[in-house]
This record gives sequence, structure tokens and C-alpha cells, in this order.
Amino acid sequence: MQVNENIIEELIKILQPFVPQGLKIEEETDLVSDLGLDSLKVMKIVESVEDSLDISIPLNILPDVRTVKDFAIQIQKLIGDR
Amino acid sequence: MMRSIFDKFQQLASARQELAESCDTFFNVVMEEILSGTEAVVNGRPTILAGSNNYLGLSFDPDCVDAACKAVRKEGTGTTGSRMANGTFSGHVALEQELADFFNRQGAIVFSTGYVANLAMLATLVGPGEIILLDGDCHASIYDGCRMGSAEVHRFHHNDAQDLEKRLRRLEKRNTNILVVVEGLYSMFGDRAPLADIVSVKNKYGAYLLVDEAHSLGVLGANGRGLAEETDVEDGVDFVVGTFSKSLGAIGGFCVSNHPELNLVRYASRPYVFTASSSPSVIASTRMALKILQKRPELRRRLWDNANMLYNKLQDLGFSMGPEPSPIVAVRLEDKEEAFALWNGLLEQGVYVNLVLPPATPDGNWLLRSSVSAGHTPEQMERICEAFTAVRQSTAAA
Repeated sequence: MQVNENIIEELIKILQPFVPQGLKIEEETDLVSDLGLDSLKVMKIVESVEDSLDISIPLNILPDVRTVKDFAIQIQKLIGDR
Repeated sequence: MMRSIFDKFQQLASARQELAESCDTFFNVVMEEILSGTEAVVNGRPTILAGSNNYLGLSFDPDCVDAACKAVRKEGTGTTGSRMANGTFSGHVALEQELADFFNRQGAIVFSTGYVANLAMLATLVGPGEIILLDGDCHASIYDGCRMGSAEVHRFHHNDAQDLEKRLRRLEKRNTNILVVVEGLYSMFGDRAPLADIVSVKNKYGAYLLVDEAHSLGVLGANGRGLAEETDVEDGVDFVVGTFSKSLGAIGGFCVSNHPELNLVRYASRPYVFTASSSPSVIASTRMALKILQKRPELRRRLWDNANMLYNKLQDLGFSMGPEPSPIVAVRLEDKEEAFALWNGLLEQGVYVNLVLPPATPDGNWLLRSSVSAGHTPEQMERICEAFTAVRQSTAAA
């Protein structure tokens, strides 16, 4: 599925403060194994995305999210549903 | 080579090993003899239990014990199955009526545990296309109920009614049923939900509200009905869930409501239909404890005296505390070694409290969690305070 580049860009900007400095974040970056995000950080990131894009993200989508791109696809769907 | 079915637990095993090396007693606390509702023998030493959620101290109440013993002799040790299959005992019906009367609600369902009550209500009440909007700090049983069901699940910031409103506004255009879920007293820090604000917001958006009063039943409100009573917003709460395993000194759970359709939930609820029902002794002691809760308000006063005493003492000792005094008295610690040293030091002083490890804690810190009881005597409370003073001094000196 084609993902809007603006969403990827916004998502990377939101993720940056939650990962060690200098770590490169790309579309295929794995949120857990590459970025080392734990469940608490993931919840804070979800909240940041919600506030930044004025959307509400259901917890149910999280098991389907592994990479930055997966997350962006879910966000794109939610924006489309608004 | 194929991986072992247990390989997935390797990370857990390593974490457990690391914890055991930091504090070898942590996984080995056994109550060798139970002396009372507030004291047990641990490692051969009489130990005050200050982490048992036995808020009114009723687990050893003579009337509750008598009621349980009589029920065992009269009706046996267990029901050996679900009420849907094996049938309902008269005690189940009586307890449901007594709970409904106590809460001034039309109906009640009794479940086998408090955990099962939340599983049942959240997995059943809210269906596909509908939404659960829960406080981020809700108990694991609420999250598990959400996972078991098919509703969409959203969170709002802990105890933040403005954030709840923001999310209800975002979800309003979905035009579907929304169940807001909060707790009366939160189990880790003992803080109350801002229930008046939450009721006002949920009314504005036409949502339903479920309040889990597990830790506030018998603890808050002029009659012990919990935070909704204390806040005078009972009419704004659609469903109250609770447990028998804290103030009522037994095990079990319930939901009460004024919605007459509540009774239908039991037939649609797998955690109700496919679990053995509460045993006669549990039902009998719970019924007695519910009567005592209503007849003896002095237990609640004593509980709050003890709660204020310990909270103020720990605050004076300079600990980082939960936001308000409550029977759950929690100390927040950033350092694992300090947490173990304090917990172990208290045990050596003859005081057992809970040590809660991240990620089970709300903010990723370590938590030394005590819970006081109306059953703690003034002497026991003094000893608990002295033990905290001693371990505070010794860890500060280390």
C-alpha cells in the first residue's frame, strides 16, 4: 500500500525524541527490535500522534504494527475514516 | 532445529534470575502460618501484613468465619460447575439481591472473581463497532476484558477529564455507543478518579460509564458504596463493578446497574457461563461481610485513621508518595537497588508490603506499595511506622 510521505515524515519527527540520539529512522525500521521501544514509550508515541494529527488511535491496531511504515498505514486509514 | 515451546520465556527467565540475584527472598515469601487478618509467620518470624488489601479486616471476622463454616457443612465445599449448567444455589440469588439493595440498583450479577467480572462486562457489554474509552491506568483485568471482546479500545490520560472530553469529541462523529471506564481508587497509587467531572463529560456526549470500585467499596462514601457515593454522582454511573476479595475478605466479583438489561449480559457472557460459580462458603461469608460493612461504619473510620497515619509518616520521612492519602500507601522509587533494600529491610523488621516492578507500575518506576486495614491495631501501626523509619535511615546511610 502506498503511504503518504507527509505522514511518514510527521511520524519520524514524533518518534525521534523517544529513541537514542543519532539513530536513523526509516520506513522499514522496526519499532521494537531496531528502536528498542517498550510498551510505555509506545503508548506515549500513540498519544503524541493522536494530538499531533487530531485523531484517535484504537489500541486494537497495535498488534498489526511492526515497522514505521505499518504505523503510517494505520494512521493513513484513520485519517481517511475521519 | 525447531525452537522449544519455552524459548519465548527466556527473557523472563533472565529477568527473574537478575531479580533473584538482587534479592533472593523476593520470590520465596511464603506465609507459613496465618495468625490473623493482619499477621502471618514468614521465614519463621511473625510478620505484620501491610499489603493484603484486607481493608476492613474481615477475613477473620468471627461472624464471617461462622457463616462460611455453616455453609460448607450444609451445602458442601463447592458448586462443581457453572450456574448455567449445574444450577443456581439460593445463596447466589440472595447475594445478588442484597448487592442490588445495598447499591440502590435494580439488578446485580455475581461473578466468580473480580477479574472475571471485568472480563465478562467489558468483553460482552461493548460489541463490534462500539467503543471502550478507558483511563490509561486501569487494572489489567479491564485491559484483558477489552482484548477478549471485539470493541474498539481507546485510552485517555489518567484522571484527566479534559483529555477524556477531547477524545469523546474526536469519536463523536462515529455515532456509536461509547463506554467510558474508570476506577474509584486506583490500585497502585490509591488516587481517586475525578468522578464528578467524568460524569459531566460523559453525560454531555451521551456515553455510558462503568466504574470499578474494587478498592473503594467499603472504603469511600458515607455508606461504603464507593467513590460514586462519596462524589454524589451515583445516578450518573451506569455500571458499578467490584470485588469480594478486598473489603469483603473473600473472593468473587459483581456488577450492579439500573439498566434492566443487565440480566441479559449474564447469558451472553462467556466468563459467566463457562466458569464454576462461587462456592457456598464464599457466598455466605461475603453476605455476612456486606452486612457488617453496613452495620459498622467505625471500621471505615479506623481504616482512614490508619491510612492517614501511615501516609503522613512516610511523607515526613521524605519519600515520594502517591498524590493523596488513601488506604493504599505507595512510595515511588527510581532505583531498583533501593527498592529491594527497603522491601527486604521491612521484611526483616517483620513488615510485609508489596514491591511492584515495572512495567506493572503506571510510570515505569518501582513501587513500594502498602495497604492498611481497619484490623491493624494501634501497636501494629506503630510498628509499621517504626520499621519504615529504620529502613529509611539504613538505606540513607548506605
